[in-house]
Amino acid sequence: MKNLELPDAFESARENKGYGHVDDQGDSVTMLLRLKDVRKTAKDWKTFQSGARPGRIVVPSEVSIRETRQIPFEVDPPQHTAYRALVEGWFKRPETEEDYKERVSEIINELVEEAVSLKEIEVVEDFALKLQSRALTLLLNIPYEESETWISWGTHVFRSDDSPVDGDKANILYEYIDAAIDKAIEHPGSDLYSVLLSAEIEGRKLTKEEVKGVMILTFAGGRDTVINAVTNTIAYFAAHPSSLDRLRKEPEITTQAVEELVRYFSPLTHMGRVVTEDTEVCTHAAKADSRVSLCWASANRDAATFENPNEVMLDRKVNPHVAFGFGIHKCLGATHARLILRTLLGILAEKVSSIEVLDFKENVEDWQEFKRKVGYDNLKVKFNKL
Amino acid sequence: MAKITFITQSGESIAAEAKDGSLMELAKNNNVSGIEGECGGVCSCTTCHVHIEANYYSKTGAPGDIEADMLELDDHVSEYSRLGCQVQITAELDGMMVHVANE
Repeated sequence: MKNLELPDAFESARENKGYGHVDDQGDSVTMLLRLKDVRKTAKDWKTFQSGARPGRIVVPSEVSIRETRQIPFEVDPPQHTAYRALVEGWFKRPETEEDYKERVSEIINELVEEAVSLKEIEVVEDFALKLQSRALTLLLNIPYEESETWISWGTHVFRSDDSPVDGDKANILYEYIDAAIDKAIEHPGSDLYSVLLSAEIEGRKLTKEEVKGVMILTFAGGRDTVINAVTNTIAYFAAHPSSLDRLRKEPEITTQAVEELVRYFSPLTHMGRVVTEDTEVCTHAAKADSRVSLCWASANRDAATFENPNEVMLDRKVNPHVAFGFGIHKCLGATHARLILRTLLGILAEKVSSIEVLDFKENVEDWQEFKRKVGYDNLKVKFNKL
Repeated sequence: MAKITFITQSGESIAAEAKDGSLMELAKNNNVSGIEGECGGVCSCTTCHVHIEANYYSKTGAPGDIEADMLELDDHVSEYSRLGCQVQITAELDGMMVHVANE
């Protein structure tokens, strides 16, 4: 089924010149499209900084709607190193805590059981958003019921249909986090808010603003991305029923399959950096204080590295994708996301024989010269029980 | 069967045995610190960077092109650098010592 594929929007620009341009609220961005350039630039945090004005490395820029610095995401070394060390262990809990895996399994099991019992289900709102929100309670170590609030927010915390950057929607999140931090100050527990509030960096406690910065990152970074990855996984298996069958017979390829699907989906199209001194990227001049972006989605289809890049090869063995980013800022939530996807693949293979697509609306990002399908605004399907 | 000793950045020495699988898997199974293997062994995350003992390097062989590209940008690269996930364990590697490149 051709229209369930995710085409490569960048192929000719990547091969012909290696970069593209997008105008973003008057602050243009040079998008780097080749894997090697993306990796090299991601690695060079001195020349391509993250610690610019808060919101500026995000594309579309959030400078007009956010003042809080996301941590450790919008910080460079040496402070970045200290912040990252502070939170790294917490974000590895999906792997280090046995109970975590079981609880992710329970959440996904319940959703899949429900899905197979229904005549039809809208995947984005009624499956992926619920899964993402419920799993996030584990990452934050807070009561499951809290996910109901997040589910009620709908799929986009920041973005609305009318404008790429919606200040009102963002405020819902920021005010919610402020209130949650105040609550944790009054009643400290073993949740992420409380752990951050009592954490020390360079011999002092984190400020409320710093705690807020980590929490905004945790909420915003893992929302659309996980929702897209989960929704696209369902669409992929709908289009390729034999892949479900294969995972059933060869569960040992699940880890590789997740990496390959994440490469193919590239749930986050790109992420920006601000240039600190006049330099060159991909033989193109980049001026100090201009913006570049690392286009993970394009890099992940680079035929110079990936054989048959537009094909999903579930057992692709060498797969140096950058879907979770690269370098010191690589995705903090990757352990959580990988666990969700590995568990989802296992449970789908165990319980679902096939998935029929009834209706869908594509979610196509508009980067001017590039129109990239990143997933679906809605996807109505029927899960057939095994 | 191959007996392989991992030396971590803190100087801890961990001896482990396997007859197949990758160096990364062996290190993970034995909780060798500094080896994360986040991507599960597909050469994507570089969290299994090791330095092979010089006189065993001819047995493990040099990294392939894609692996070499990844290593090129990693910290603490030496002429004996490999990604553990790309080194398959064979009986030939028995007695090898491996230094973990990162903390």
